[in-house]
Formats: sequence, structure tokens, C-alpha cells
Amino acid sequence: MNRYYYDFHIHSCLSPCADNDMTPNNLAAVATLAGINVMALTDHNTSKNCPAFFQAAKRNGIIPIAGMELTTAEDIHVVCLFEKLEEAMEFDSFVDKNRIRIKNKTEIFGDQLIMDGEDNVIGNDDYLLSNATLITIDDVKKTVESFNGVSYPAHIDREANGIIATLGTFPEECGFLCTEFYDENKIDEYTEKYLNLKEKKLLVSSDAHYIWDIKDKRDYFEIDDEPYSSDKVRREIFKALRMVDKS
Amino acid sequence: MTVEKLKNELSLKEVCLVNAQREITGGYVGDLLSWVMGKAESGNVWITIMSNVNIIAVASLTDVSCIILAEGVEVDENVLNTAKQKGVNILMSEKSAFEIASGVANLI
Repeated sequence: MNRYYYDFHIHSCLSPCADNDMTPNNLAAVATLAGINVMALTDHNTSKNCPAFFQAAKRNGIIPIAGMELTTAEDIHVVCLFEKLEEAMEFDSFVDKNRIRIKNKTEIFGDQLIMDGEDNVIGNDDYLLSNATLITIDDVKKTVESFNGVSYPAHIDREANGIIATLGTFPEECGFLCTEFYDENKIDEYTEKYLNLKEKKLLVSSDAHYIWDIKDKRDYFEIDDEPYSSDKVRREIFKALRMVDKS
Repeated sequence: MTVEKLKNELSLKEVCLVNAQREITGGYVGDLLSWVMGKAESGNVWITIMSNVNIIAVASLTDVSCIILAEGVEVDENVLNTAKQKGVNILMSEKSAFEIASGVANLI
């Protein structure tokens, strides 16, 4: 068994609110410095910097996961993670068709830069990425599963775009098996108040928008990784997120 | 002012009217349910654009006289059935929350 430290909630320069220094190579390099072994890139409503992030991760010796932070129709943020890059890109195309298109005002919201594996700007998204999509919170889990992904509500301990602030509870009907905290010190308070959280796998991630937001290693998965491959590690992590071995 | 009278005065569409004679005692506007739970008062008209099924739970909990969905927001079958079960009045309007709220304010 080996420990794999993770951060599953990171924004790149493609998210309007994230710093332009959050380039794929900077993210991967800082992950190494922070002692993170597995990092997921989760830009708002897009996975279009994931291909570049995969190249940068390989160069820096960390295991990448392709993801997205989806904004639901109710303005709730949900982390979506995929075992394979191609699955994330297919989901990305699906989300593209379900976005509400408002022209991005870069002077207000910031740039939305798409990069290649060498941190060159190869494009940008002209429409604001962070606003609500047409996908409802009730439909997220099964929709993401149809792309072989896993989804769970992001930063539920936050007022802005957290599921509890928005819906008043952690609704069991949505079927989520995991959930994310921004502040690990809030976990006890929330699990006492919302008892169904005790059954969930609780993850803590940084939601970094600036380089200095990326936290040092903290939470980890204990994984039997023999014979080692990054695919094997990813597979085992997704098993844990799907709670396959829970019974 | 009853819910039924309000419906007629403001030409609101009936989505689920189970207690038409309920008396109205003011109003609250909001979409973040954690806030509505803490702030809306018994008898209030609650104006929102949120259509998730949890609005029924919040309406029951706060004992509001009715929910008014603004901007032509529609609810699905599940929400409608839950509202009927829990005895929650729901009305709807194509108008914005601001326009509905000013209409309510003029009447009560």
C-alpha cells in the first residue's frame, strides 16, 4: 500500500476567475512542490485545458485526472471527475451544448485561455464559463455516470454556490456518494447538523484560483499499486469514489 | 387578503392551489433556501425562481401562505405531487420577482 496525496479541485487560466499564471505546467510543477501526487483539473464548465494538463503532469511526474466544476441550473457547483481524458472531453462537448451563452467581459470576469502542453495560448472561450448551465442538480449524477465519471457537490461549507446554502439541505435524492469541503475544520459542524453526511466519503480540496491557493499535501488515498501504473492508481481512486469496496 | 384574491388581482397562474382561503401576511423574496428557511415568516407570500423540490420542504417548514414562481419558472411532476401532498399553494407569473413583489405590496 502506498499513500497518494490528492487535490481534486484546481482551476487553470481557462476559468475566468483564475489567475493567468495558472498554466498547465505551473499547476503540475507546484503540485510537485506541495507534495501532491494526484491532481484533478476542474475548470468552470469546461475541460478544454485537460489535454495540456495531462502533458504537463507527465513531465512533472504527477498523476492527472481530467475533470470539470459544473455549475448546475440552480447555481450549485459540482465537481465532475473522469477516469479517462477522452471521457472528460466527451462530457465537455455535452456541457457545451447545455451552456447559457453570455459574452465574456474579460475586463470584469478575466481571460479564459486555452493552452497547449507547452503553455502556449492556442485559443480562448468567448463566452462566460462560470454561469449556470441547463443541467439540474437532480440530473448531474446520472449524466456524469453516463460518461463513466464521478460527481459530487463542491465546497458544501461555503455560502456561494454550495449545495447546502442553495437548497437548505444535503438532499439524499440526488444520490451523491461523496462530497467536498473547502475547510476541513468545518467537517464536524456539518456532519453533526446534516446526519446523512456521515455516510459520505468526505474529500478536502483547495479550489485554487491562484498559485498560492494550492495547499500542501493533506488528504490521501491508501492504494495497493502493485504492479504500478498511473492507470492502476487512477482506477483504484475511482473505485474508492464509487465506494465499490464499501460493503 | 387571501391567496385566491391575490391570484385574481395579480392574474397569477394556478400551479397548485390546495388552500385558497389562506390569509396573506406579508412577503419574502429569495432563492437561497438556507436564507429563506431562516427569514420567511408564517403567512408570507414567498417569491422565488428556484424550482427544485426542496422549495416544498422550505414552504412547509416556514408555513408561508404560498410560493409564487417568478419569470415563468415551471416545476416538474415530482414537485407538483409533493406540493399537493404537503398542502403547499403554488402560483406562477411571467413577471419578475420585483414586479410581483411590488404588486403584492400594493395589495396588502
